[in-house]
Amino acid sequence: MYRILLREDLAPNIHRFKIDAPTIARKAEPGQFVIVRVDDKGERIPLTIADWDRDVGSITIVFNQVGKTTNKLAALKAGDSIENVAGPLGLPVAIENFGNVACVVGGYGAATILPIVRALKEAGNIVTSIIRAPSKETLFGEARLGEYSDKIMVVTGDTSNEYHGFVFEPLRELLKKEKFDLVITMAPTCVMRLVSLTTKPFKVKTIASLNPIMVDGTGMCGCCRVIIDGVTKFACVDGPVFDAQEVAWDMLMTRRCTYSGETSPELRYQCYKCAQW
Amino acid sequence: MAKLNLNRVPMPRQDPIVRGKNFKEVALGYGKEEAQKEANRCIQCPRHPCKGGCPVGVDIPEFIKALREDNMPEAARILKGKNSLPGICGRVCPQETQCENVCTLGKKGAPIAIGRLERYVADWERTNKGNVGSKGSASSQKTSPSSSKTGAKRVAVVGSGPAGLTAAADLAKLGYSVTIFEALHVAGGVLMYGIPEFRLPKEIVQAEVDYIKSLGAELKLDSVVGKIDTVDELLSNGYDAVFIGTGAGLPMFLDLPGENLCGIYSANEFLTRTVLMKGYLYPEYDTPVEIGKQVAIVGGGNVAMDAARCSLRLGADKVYVVYRRSEAEMPARREEIENAKEEGIIFKFLTNPLGFLANGHGWVNAMECIQMELGEPDKSGRCRPIPKEGSEFLLPVDTVIVALGNNPNPLIPKTSIGLETGKRGTITADEDTGKTKKPKVWAGGDIVTGAATVISAMGAGRKAAASIDKFLRGEDKSWI
Ligand SMILES: Cc1cc2nc3c(=O)[nH]c(=O)nc-3n(C[C@H](O)[C@H](O)[C@H](O)COP(=O)(O)OP(=O)(O)OC[C@H]3O[C@@H](n4cnc5c(N)ncnc54)[C@H](O)[C@@H]3O)c2cc1C
Ligand SMILES: Cc1cc2nc3c(=O)[nH]c(=O)nc-3n(C[C@H](O)[C@H](O)[C@H](O)COP(=O)(O)OP(=O)(O)OC[C@H]3O[C@@H](n4cnc5c(N)ncnc54)[C@H](O)[C@@H]3O)c2cc1C
Ligand code: SF4
Ligand code: FES
Repeated sequence: MYRILLREDLAPNIHRFKIDAPTIARKAEPGQFVIVRVDDKGERIPLTIADWDRDVGSITIVFNQVGKTTNKLAALKAGDSIENVAGPLGLPVAIENFGNVACVVGGYGAATILPIVRALKEAGNIVTSIIRAPSKETLFGEARLGEYSDKIMVVTGDTSNEYHGFVFEPLRELLKKEKFDLVITMAPTCVMRLVSLTTKPFKVKTIASLNPIMVDGTGMCGCCRVIIDGVTKFACVDGPVFDAQEVAWDMLMTRRCTYSGETSPELRYQCYKCAQW
Repeated sequence: MAKLNLNRVPMPRQDPIVRGKNFKEVALGYGKEEAQKEANRCIQCPRHPCKGGCPVGVDIPEFIKALREDNMPEAARILKGKNSLPGICGRVCPQETQCENVCTLGKKGAPIAIGRLERYVADWERTNKGNVGSKGSASSQKTSPSSSKTGAKRVAVVGSGPAGLTAAADLAKLGYSVTIFEALHVAGGVLMYGIPEFRLPKEIVQAEVDYIKSLGAELKLDSVVGKIDTVDELLSNGYDAVFIGTGAGLPMFLDLPGENLCGIYSANEFLTRTVLMKGYLYPEYDTPVEIGKQVAIVGGGNVAMDAARCSLRLGADKVYVVYRRSEAEMPARREEIENAKEEGIIFKFLTNPLGFLANGHGWVNAMECIQMELGEPDKSGRCRPIPKEGSEFLLPVDTVIVALGNNPNPLIPKTSIGLETGKRGTITADEDTGKTKKPKVWAGGDIVTGAATVISAMGAGRKAAASIDKFLRGEDKSWI
């Protein structure tokens, strides 16, 4: 059992839990994730390790309420316990001084990218973060992200900010103006795909944190398989971060819809009302 | 003694039509009368070859004798003396190629149904805990001649499959302080995530796990060694020895076009969803498992049989087992093939998949196959299948389960310094002691042999425990 030490509601349907998990906290590195099983009948779902405190022995998760398990999680409060938390899983992101780095985030990624951005900053990179939310009300994470970014651009779907619409236009403008050495994206699948299309003509290395459906998270089932540069990889052990230009996005997006039934989108590029939000 | 009885007492089983729709145990087990009758067939032959046929050397004639004298506690004690998981072995061991294969009666008629008797004794013990409860037998078996010496020593067991559980049980009985690290949320390995409920009820596995805990072993779930502490860190953080029993959990795929379409599972994923996560009880349990109307299983081993029979129970109309050689070469246990046939599984022998076709939405809707014929026997002695030119055909399917087998998971070898591995990623370890090339590290079970059997994994766990004990007592100072 893993006790919830703290609960914060960041935006409608977005929650942050601090969880007592000393063994995981001791080893967590940027980009890794945990597998969470809420109760005895629960599904195993992957959630990124959004932060940790090695001294206190806690880790932080931030999740978006999208279905059964995340709804169950959202019903818990501080003091309650989660049945199982296993991790840290996946490979950490290789951090070095790349130079000029852009981070493009949306959805839960706005909060869960934090350890990566912090490590990049500590390694001496110049970091520009582009964060997007559908509206002012649903925006979260920009303050903490700003702490570790040299520059932060906030994009909202409404006109409450300097940038509005999607992230792709501001990103393109940015890439035209400055030379970047690395772009990293953690956002809904369709956004990461379109980010990779946006950066492609600029020939800037782009990495994305993929989110296929997982079961064990230890390389035992192959549910999480993705095609990278024509080769099948298991995202839970070989990733979850991969070169975005090499990802077979069609396959990833289709497989993510395996269990979405009627909500499965007809058009696979469709971001709107898509089961993958 | 009465005249030789050459026929076994049949085992009651659920009706094939009925059981094809439920996940309850297929074989119902002997009652007292049936068990007595079968036990009475044993001639207690002086050479008792059965013992030698058992990979862990269970005292078979002795437990059978106690059983027919109706001394059940004694039968259970004898059985558990050599086999800490009899309720499991009685159900899933391939006795027909082991103890029963060499039974003296087998020369003239049907060998003693040793597996069924083993199961009967184990089940009796589990349901009569009050008398010889696990705790009772635990304390009486805790033979710690110098527990002050052994008790201080700590052993880490990585993986809680049959290899790890057996090693942990033996070491705990000797008085060591044992910690089992298990990656998943329950202990049992393949017994929990692979072998279905209808062959091995999970309650039985958990009863055995509880027994091992009652011996004093500590169980840490959700603990992926290599991701939390590595083997080297376990050693430097106070463990005096490490046993690795992490199994063969890396699923193989066919590497054919279309293999990543929706609706195509590895057997591991399909069985994990169905068995471990109880997908067959969805939505009471949260994990879904999608099953189509026409399902093809690729492969011919026990894993393929389990996947096929689960598919049927989840509601598939037609379930095909597609195997590239003929029935005679199938590696699955005979009994399981017969069970599958009775339940209506359709076998497509001498058939090999070439690729998978999609409907418009990224889901598989057909498997392209080719017919095969058998050529000359290869090195393994099995006839090599050769494709028959022009025999390609399409099999309409909406679910495919790839059951080709598993390789060892590379995580531990990759994160441990100086652990030698073999060709297919197996850890190199001494057959008699389980010692690896890395000092203070032992390994056994599927991680060493590649996918094998429950009993061979147990045997390896047992040998390693004995070797660890010798080493920690200082009686054996050598390393390989
Ligand atoms: C490496 C990784 C890190 C992730 N990190 C986060 C995070 O930090 N915060 C967050 O909110 N979400 C994260 N996700 C996504 C999260 O796992 C899913 O949102 C969650 O599983 C949904 O479960 P549900 O039962 O609430 O919804 P469901 O109704 O089951 O599913 C909603 C959608 O979530 C996806 N999904 C469902 N089950 C799984 C599963 N077992 N594994 C992966 N995806 C699934 C499907 O595409 C589905 O369309 C991450 C995914 C991966 C692979
Ligand atoms: C579907 C199926 C049906 C089978 N049917 C039969 C049968 O009828 N009869 C028979 O004799 N055999 C059968 N087998 C084979 C038998 O189950 C295996 O040979 C046996 O379970 C191997 O035991 P093990 O202890 O070596 O490993 P496993 O049972 O594989 O257990 C290994 C354990 O280690 C854990 N682990 C892995 N990596 C780590 C890590 N890094 N840290 C912590 N824990 C880790 C795993 O999660 C797992 O729980 C079957 C196998 C399958 C898959
Ligand atoms: S070989 Fe057969 S008959 Fe002889 S002791 Fe063993 S079980 Fe009995
Ligand atoms: S989630 Fe099972 S192999 Fe990756």
